Amino acid sequence: MTDSKDTAPGRRRSHVATALMLGPTSAWYFLLLLAPLVILVAFSFGARAPEGGYSPAFQLDNYLELPTRITAFTNTLWMAVGGTFLCLVVGYPLAYYLATRAGRKRTLLVVLVVVPFWTSFLIRTYAWLTILGSSGIPALLDSVGAKDVVLLNTAPAVMLGIVYNYLPLMVFPLYVSLERMDKRLLEASKDLGAGRLATFRQVTLPLSAPGLLSGVLLVFIPIMGEYIIPDMLGGGKVFFIGNALVDLFLQSRDWPFGSAASIVLILTTLVAVSLYLWLGSRGQVRRDMSIL
Amino acid sequence: MSYGAAPGSTSGRPPIDRAGRWVDRAFRTQAALVYLFLYVPIGLVVLFSFNAGDLAGQLRGLSLRWYAYALDDRFAMAALQNSFVVGAWTAILATSLGTIAALALLRVPRPVRAVFDAITYVAIIIPGIVIGIATLIFFVNAFGWVNPWLEYIWASAGLGTAPTIRTGLHTVVAAHVVFTMAIVMILVRARLSGMDRALTEASFDLFAPPFRTFTQVTLPQLWPAIITGALLAFTFSFDDFIIASFVAGPGQPTLPMYVFASIRRGITPEINAIASMVLMVTVTALVLVGLVYRRQARQNRTGDDPDLAVSLPEAEGPT
Repeated sequence: MTDSKDTAPGRRRSHVATALMLGPTSAWYFLLLLAPLVILVAFSFGARAPEGGYSPAFQLDNYLELPTRITAFTNTLWMAVGGTFLCLVVGYPLAYYLATRAGRKRTLLVVLVVVPFWTSFLIRTYAWLTILGSSGIPALLDSVGAKDVVLLNTAPAVMLGIVYNYLPLMVFPLYVSLERMDKRLLEASKDLGAGRLATFRQVTLPLSAPGLLSGVLLVFIPIMGEYIIPDMLGGGKVFFIGNALVDLFLQSRDWPFGSAASIVLILTTLVAVSLYLWLGSRGQVRRDMSIL
Repeated sequence: MSYGAAPGSTSGRPPIDRAGRWVDRAFRTQAALVYLFLYVPIGLVVLFSFNAGDLAGQLRGLSLRWYAYALDDRFAMAALQNSFVVGAWTAILATSLGTIAALALLRVPRPVRAVFDAITYVAIIIPGIVIGIATLIFFVNAFGWVNPWLEYIWASAGLGTAPTIRTGLHTVVAAHVVFTMAIVMILVRARLSGMDRALTEASFDLFAPPFRTFTQVTLPQLWPAIITGALLAFTFSFDDFIIASFVAGPGQPTLPMYVFASIRRGITPEINAIASMVLMVTVTALVLVGLVYRRQARQNRTGDDPDLAVSLPEAEGPT
């Protein structure tokens, strides 16, 4: 075997085999990921055809028109930042509990956090639609005297849906990094006279930084592209970029404007993520920059 | 200050003092509340699926009538079948392409691997909605370009009416494979990097031909990652609404598209029944993944996979 590897024809044959093995995947990536993205960029400079769709042009009108949709962008950004923060506030104590205090039930409890994430997104959001809808909590409140409480189609409802859907994505990476932490460090910190808060700030928090980093990115990035939650729980009153995109592509069929909006969505996400990573690296969070 | 536990104790529990007990209780309460928050809504969906009444909001006795109704609903069942077809094809294609590419990447120069890794992360990071839009534009353009050619070829060959390529379930599969393939590749590569190279070398030293080394040494070690990848690809594809709603075209909705449209029309207990059945499918897939990981953990206690955030944690006892 080693002989044929060292001779030129054998090496060439193995190169051909490798290329054949990578071929289908490369073709798939090229045709269905890279080419579509390039076309999206090209379309964003085009004009809308009279009957909808795209007609060739080179102009910046679509980008200049974007400020008319500025509320969708600010809404999305605020909800993404706020939702990520809430997930962190709710998720960190749980991850800490699972990693350090859960005892023998730990494996089961961790699985129970992950399971909802793998169940249908649509159904999880639908669940809240029925709970917040007029025959859900408002009906209960009505029977105890609080009349006309509206929960559905409000910003808090959308926020609740976001936290509910993305919480597992925050807890899991946090749990993994807290679980790998050497627990003896906590005792060492105590032995050296540090109080609970000091130990948390100086030992636990820095050691869980990689998990915190991945958790925040795993939650923030998909919220930026969210469509179902604002649609179902916000009822058109809380408008995200995702809703604007669906509207532009499937209803008004203004493809060039929609393309420009998608490009700006990707860029906004990238800028926000880079800013976060940059701030993180300044604040001594420079351990693991891998996203997954 | 006095400590409840002996110094140097490595049990996960921090030493308990009076304040510590309160802190412990606070953590427990918070955890319990989060679990309630996570499971009560899902539980209510399942509970209301057994509703005997007509309204989704009022529980009037328990029955299976809405399950019967859903199973009799021709459109719902067609959508369910579509989703199974799309999920199965996605799983098959994503798993085979992803695994083969992961194996090939072991043998390519570093720059090629770096480019592949970069594209793989792009596939995962780009929001689903953008993937849906971009692939829709691409398909419409590509078909607009290909179809006249087909017509021309058919006309010049005198074959009659040319076939027209349109969006449909096959385009949904094509779009789903983009990012599920990326996930499979990451899982298999993580497994490959944790594998002992000595075993492959030993196999070569014992004069096993490359194919036999692959089937008898490499593949058995890769199975857990491959099966997990396939089930995750299926679950993703089965649950996806956003990408499918863009590229499925009219006439052939997947189940999530059907459910979304029915919610728009009005909430009935039928949706709860369908939702509960979908939950059952996903939970079954998850239990299978869990069993695979458990077996793997038992077989290979020393192996420490670089865990992907999407994978289930291994079963293990308290440290």
